[in-house]
Amino acid sequence: MQDLGIKVLFQGRNFIRLLEGLWVTVRISLIAVIISIVLGIVLGMIMTSKNPAIRILTKTYLEFIRIMPQLVLLFLVYFGMTKAFNINLSGETSAIIVFSLWGTAEMSDLVRGALISMPKHQYESGMAIGLNTVQVYKYIIIPQTVRRLVPLAINLVTRMIKTTSLIVLIGVVEVVKVGQQIIESSRLTVPSAALWVYGVIYFLYFGVCYPISLLSAKLEKRWNS
Amino acid sequence: MDYEFINDIISLYIEAGILTFRIALLGIVGAVVVGLLCSLIKYYRVPVLQKIVGAYIELSRNTPLLIQLFFLYFGLPKIGIMLSSESCAIWGLIFLGGSYMAEAMRSGLEAVADIQVESGLSIGLTDFQVARYILLPQAITVSVPAFLANIIFLIKETSVFSAVALADLMYVAKDLIGLYYKTDEALLVLVLSYAVILLPISAVFTIAERKLRYAGFGN
Repeated sequence: MQDLGIKVLFQGRNFIRLLEGLWVTVRISLIAVIISIVLGIVLGMIMTSKNPAIRILTKTYLEFIRIMPQLVLLFLVYFGMTKAFNINLSGETSAIIVFSLWGTAEMSDLVRGALISMPKHQYESGMAIGLNTVQVYKYIIIPQTVRRLVPLAINLVTRMIKTTSLIVLIGVVEVVKVGQQIIESSRLTVPSAALWVYGVIYFLYFGVCYPISLLSAKLEKRWNS
Repeated sequence: MDYEFINDIISLYIEAGILTFRIALLGIVGAVVVGLLCSLIKYYRVPVLQKIVGAYIELSRNTPLLIQLFFLYFGLPKIGIMLSSESCAIWGLIFLGGSYMAEAMRSGLEAVADIQVESGLSIGLTDFQVARYILLPQAITVSVPAFLANIIFLIKETSVFSAVALADLMYVAKDLIGLYYKTDEALLVLVLSYAVILLPISAVFTIAERKLRYAGFGN
């Protein structure tokens, strides 16, 4: 029985459908990643401010988002918003909102960490050799910050893609949902479909995330030495 | 907000919270054991096992827990391996957490300078004594921040267990929303439950991290 199970993947458009489902997941994560990186950089710079009100506000935001499991945040937006404010959001929109909020929090913390880890003498040395503020940032601070930041940010991207798998639980039709449909429709003809379909989905995720992880590790190694 | 309703449902959440906590505890202990073994295998470059551990770490770190659980819960029964949702959850957590813990500990082990190990050997300690008295104490101090962050990460990951029919906090919340349409109340208690579980842990860990940072060697 098991040796025939794999054929379910090649019936009709099943494999193509799985890939289309995967694209839904990846697209949602990419949109959220872009929003998070832009907002995260801005928020990270704001977070280095010494103003106590700003610090408390950003810290609270960061802590709340980080302490709550992402699934709880999805429920809050998907079920909570509808009931409380009568805003009817689709699963995809809720997912993008939640992952942007979460990604922004994580990204801003990375940006803040990279900025405050820059030793003061870097600024001072730049000034001492006669650069102006723009030049100090352009030639000294930003290149170094980017080198510290990029591997970590790429790492965050894989985390976001992995976490996006949760959206099946708020009813978005993505790779797992398509997989479930395939399993259900071939329940009688191919009883072992679940093993193969979930196995394939597992390796699809691996196929997406592993190259990104490799890139991150490679950049980190190259820039740190 | 219906406070009477909240009063009625709170016991459900406590029950679910205890279940979550128990599974998280078992999973984390398992993950630490697996992680320690894997990190030692990688550190000592044990011939064949090293490759297997490397593949396991990459596989586990680059795939979501939810998919791992679906595979365990829906896939494995097809080849005759039946796991209850509880053991699925625990094995899933160990599989995921093991690699994260292994990476945390390996970075600690690699941070210990070679000269430390060599000095230990040169004063006549055995390999085991070097590991016990020199390598591990220093490595553990270095890996504490990553280690504690992983524990919080793993507790948060338990929220997906509702997908394999485990009656955890998410499951209770979803059930209440479906049964009574008391969305606000169910979600409020859900958020509070996670806050009650995670905030104290997070606070204690922050303090622990700060204390342990000064236990470093040579600086």
